Formats: sequence, C-alpha cells, structure tokens
Amino acid sequence: MATSTPTRDAYAPPPRGSQQKPVNARRQMWRSRLWRFDDKASPYAYIAPFFLVFAAFGLYPLVYTGWIALHRVEMTGLDQMEWVGWANFDRILHDAEFWTAVTNTFLIGVMSTVPQLLVALGLAHLLNYKLRASTFWRTIILTPYATSVASAALVFALVFRADGGLLNWVLHFVGLGHTNWANGEWTSKIAISVIVIWRWTGYNTLIYLAAMQAVPSDLYEAASLDGASRWQQFRKVTIPSLRPTILFTIVISTIGAMQLFGEPLLLEGGAIGATGGTENQYETLSVYLYNYGWHLGHLGPAAAVAWAMLALLLIIAGINWLFGRFVRKSAV
Amino acid sequence: MTITSHTHVPETALPAPTVHRAPKRASRFRPGAGKQLNGGPFAYIALAVVGIGSLLPLYWTLVAASHTQDEVLASTPPFLPGGRLMHNLDAAWTQAHLGKAIVNSVIVSGCITVATLFFCTLAGYAFAKMRFRGRGALMTGVILTLTIPPQLSVVPLFMMMADLGWGGNLESVIFPTLVSAFGVFFMRQYLLEALPYELIEAAKIDGANNFRIVLSIVLPVARPAMMVLGMLTFVQAWNDFFWPYLALNQQNPTLQVALGQLSASYTPDQSIVMAGALISTLPLLVVFVVFGKRIVGGIMSGAVKG
Repeated sequence: MATSTPTRDAYAPPPRGSQQKPVNARRQMWRSRLWRFDDKASPYAYIAPFFLVFAAFGLYPLVYTGWIALHRVEMTGLDQMEWVGWANFDRILHDAEFWTAVTNTFLIGVMSTVPQLLVALGLAHLLNYKLRASTFWRTIILTPYATSVASAALVFALVFRADGGLLNWVLHFVGLGHTNWANGEWTSKIAISVIVIWRWTGYNTLIYLAAMQAVPSDLYEAASLDGASRWQQFRKVTIPSLRPTILFTIVISTIGAMQLFGEPLLLEGGAIGATGGTENQYETLSVYLYNYGWHLGHLGPAAAVAWAMLALLLIIAGINWLFGRFVRKSAV
Repeated sequence: MTITSHTHVPETALPAPTVHRAPKRASRFRPGAGKQLNGGPFAYIALAVVGIGSLLPLYWTLVAASHTQDEVLASTPPFLPGGRLMHNLDAAWTQAHLGKAIVNSVIVSGCITVATLFFCTLAGYAFAKMRFRGRGALMTGVILTLTIPPQLSVVPLFMMMADLGWGGNLESVIFPTLVSAFGVFFMRQYLLEALPYELIEAAKIDGANNFRIVLSIVLPVARPAMMVLGMLTFVQAWNDFFWPYLALNQQNPTLQVALGQLSASYTPDQSIVMAGALISTLPLLVVFVVFGKRIVGGIMSGAVKG
C-alpha cells in the first residue's frame, strides 16, 4: 500500500513517521482548496450560460428598446440615431390604428383563449376515462401542435377564403350563404381565433390531463360515497384541484395571445396582411409593430410599440394577480 | 328511496375490502389511474370528432398541394389527392429557395437543440441538486423570463445583429435561442426526482470532480428527459416564425420564412403555397408518428408541477 491513489489519500490516515508527511499535507491542502473552489464555482458555471445569453439577447435589448423609443431610427440607416424625446410615443398614442390593434389583440386573445381552455378541460376529462388506445387519442389531439404558425395560417387562409373557400362551400350546402370571412369585423377575428384554437387546444388538454391524473383518487372515492354524481365530482373535486394548473394555462395563453403575429399576417398575406386587413380589422399589436418597423421602416415608433406592449403586459399581470387573489379568497 | 339511490352506494352494500381494493393495482403505473372509469361511447364519438378536426386541415394541405389552384378553388373542391403533387413541389422548390430553406432550417434547429440540451441540462442539474447562494431567487428569475414576449426586444436585437455583422445570417436566429427557460425548468423537475443524492455522494467519495459527475452520472440519468426536451425544442425551433421572419431575408430564409414570403408575393399560387406548407410540416409529422407517445408523455410530465 505504499503507492496509494491520490483519491484515497484524503480518507486514509496519514502514514505515521513517514518522511512524505509534509509533502502530503501540502498536497492535501491544495487539493481540498481546489475541491472547495470546484464545489463553490461549479453551480454558477452551470447556470451562467442561461443568464449570459438572456442578458445579451433578452434583457439588454429590452432596456435598450426604451432608449431607441426616444430616437428617430430608420431601417435605411441603422447607425443614425436622432433624439426626438417622446415624439414616437406621441405618434403611436395618437394613432387610431394603434388603439384598434390594442382592442383587436385583447378581443382575439379572449376569443381564442376562453373556448380553447374550456374545450381542453372537457377533452382532458374525456381522456381521463379508461379508454382503448388512449395514447393514440392523445397523439392525434396533439398533432396540430407539430404544425407551424405559417403552415396552419396558410391552410386556414384557404379554408376561410371568400371565393372557393372550403368553409363557404360547406355553409353553402347547409344554406347559410356566402361570408367574406377576412373582411368582416368579427368574422376575421373568429377566423384567426380558430387557427389559434386549432393549434393549441391539444397542448392545453395534455397539461390538464396530467394535472387530473395527479388528483388523489381518495377524493373521488369520498365524493362518490357521499353520493356525488359524476358531474358534481367534476365540479367539486376535479376543477378545484386543477385551479393552479388552470391559472398557469391562463397566464401562458394570455402571453401567447399578446404575441399573435403569423396568423393575422398570413390570413390574407401581402400588404393586406401587414396592416391586418384592409380596415385593420384583425391587426394585432405584433403586426402593428412589424408594419411600423419592417414594412414602413420606422424603428423608433416600433420600439415605442414594444414599450406599450410591456405596459399592457404589466396591466394584464396585475389583473391576473388580482383575479388569482379573488379566486383564492372565494375558495376559502 | 330517492331517485338518486342508484348512484349512492349504501355502506352495507360495499363489497369486501379485498374486492374493493383490487383495481388499485393499476395505480402503481399512474397516480389516480386506479379509480378510472370506463369511457362510454360518447367519449369515443367526441374524441373521434375532435380527432378528425385535428387532422382535417393537414389532409386538406395534402389535397390542395396535389391539384392545380383552379381545381382547389373550384365551386366544388376536390376531396382526394390529385396527381400534381410533384409539379407543385418542384414549383415551390424553385420559387421560394426551398432547398436552401430546408438546409437552413436543419442547421438552425439542430444547433439550437444541441445547445439547449447541453446548457439546460447543466443548469437544471445545478438548480435541482447543487446548493449555492441565491438558488431560489435565480430560479425565480429563470421562470420570470418565460413571461417576456420576444416582441419587446426585437428592434434593438435587429440593430445589434446588424452591428455584429450577422444581419440576415443564421447566427442572428441561432444565438438568441441557445438556451430556454422552459428547458432549465423541465430538466430541473426531472432531475429533482430521477437523480438520487446517493449517486452523487458516491461519485464524490470516489474522487470525481463536479464536471466528471455531470458527464458520467447526470447525463446518463437525464437521457430520457433530454430526448423529450430535444424533440420539443426541435419542434419549436423548426416552427419559429416571428423573429426569423424579421431577421432573415428572401435569399437566406428558414422554411417558415420562405413559406411566409411565398404567400406574401403578389399573386401566390395557392397550391404551390400548400406544397411548401406540406414540405415544412412533413418532417415534424414523421417525428410525431414515431415519437408521439414520448412527446405526449414529455408535455404531461413537464406540466404537472407548473
């Protein structure tokens, strides 16, 4: 055992009376210091990439957006910034199109999120039954999630087309006449909501299903012993147990709805898409931002829109928070 | 007795405990599964309707991509795939730089997926199993970043990319997406349960340093979760639209950007657009058919403790 491995040194008693002792002791000190450094620094090294990338490409641009919003910057000369103060904010806040976009974003958000989450809740309940080929059903329902915004928007653009659209053909059969979906104030919003609902319902269903399966079965047992019907069990056991998950999906869907871009841009495509329809009837904030910055080439107002979105997000977060508090209170 | 008596089981009528407990054996596989009720015909009908609704637009993509535009938009649209698929694919290929777009999409999604897996596993491990000052606050920070829409930072990001000389290049799409907060959270949740402290302790006693532990213990344990996160990340990177659409241009697009530009041209031929949509969707559909079960399981496992 004269030549023990360095790993063992730390745990074996030091050889007594050996001349190696001072060397060993120093080496051990050095090693243990290295160990301690490794233990202290490693976690930070492991999480550093996330925070570095986020700081460089998320946080820094977010703050810098505020600075750009106070300047005149054109797409044609990105390196020329001219101080204009609040002019950009003034410009968008006095633009009727901006407020249309705010309203549209909000309306489309509600119209796509509420039915989506309700349907997802019902579907999750169905999938929670013992079913043959349950994995098959889950996969089928999730399939739209594999489709890109662009593909989905373009297929539905064909379906919702005024002339030669699949939906109008079906409606014609039922005798409901001819609708110019993209042109209508509400029909265009419905069309866009349908695309969103189609793509995301399956995803939310699986999230609810996972939460439902985590509900302890004793609760159902107790409820059925008390004579609760299935519907009562769903309302009094399932829904309350799912409350945190439902809140989570509401937050996620709200954030997603604020970002709607590809669906309105591609519903009709081209210049009409860039302004969210001929009358901006389905223009969302993201499309408005894109139109100002990338279509018209004025990056200053586009940055101001980004900050307006941030303000809106904070307001929604506040409402969510109040709503969450209200829900918790009313539950007690 | 009341009408509802048939749903109410009187205590005296309860079956013997052993019989009552029998179905619980299934709960070893899935929590709550022991009390699952059998789905009736209504459940199957409803699921079938939703399933058809899910698949119909995809089928319609295929049908529209395999006819001429005139046939697709005729007063009675076609219902079966036609014979023009190759022609339309060919036209989409030349009109929208689709060949280049596919290569670009593979590069972008591949780089993002590999980087996300590596960095998120490291960070997830640190947050799950290592002790360090500020861990809770930093994890909260990670989750908070999930709530910031990319819209808020695209204007300066675009200018930064031009400054860096990456304007219109794939780097401008790859670098901002190298890590993901969801990925960190997902790997942390998995490793919290899947990686026992004893394993790490044992490796430490054997003299392994921290990175050695990552390589020989954490990565193997994390493999199943990495598979799922890899697929989810790939799907997301492949389908990403907003930032690539702003950052890239017609000469150097990803598939989604090419598709968006194809439809934004002055008189887009709808069946050629659909051929492009088919090309961009097909690879992911194949992934879904092969790994559907795992992806479903992954979304569900990542969601529970949200």
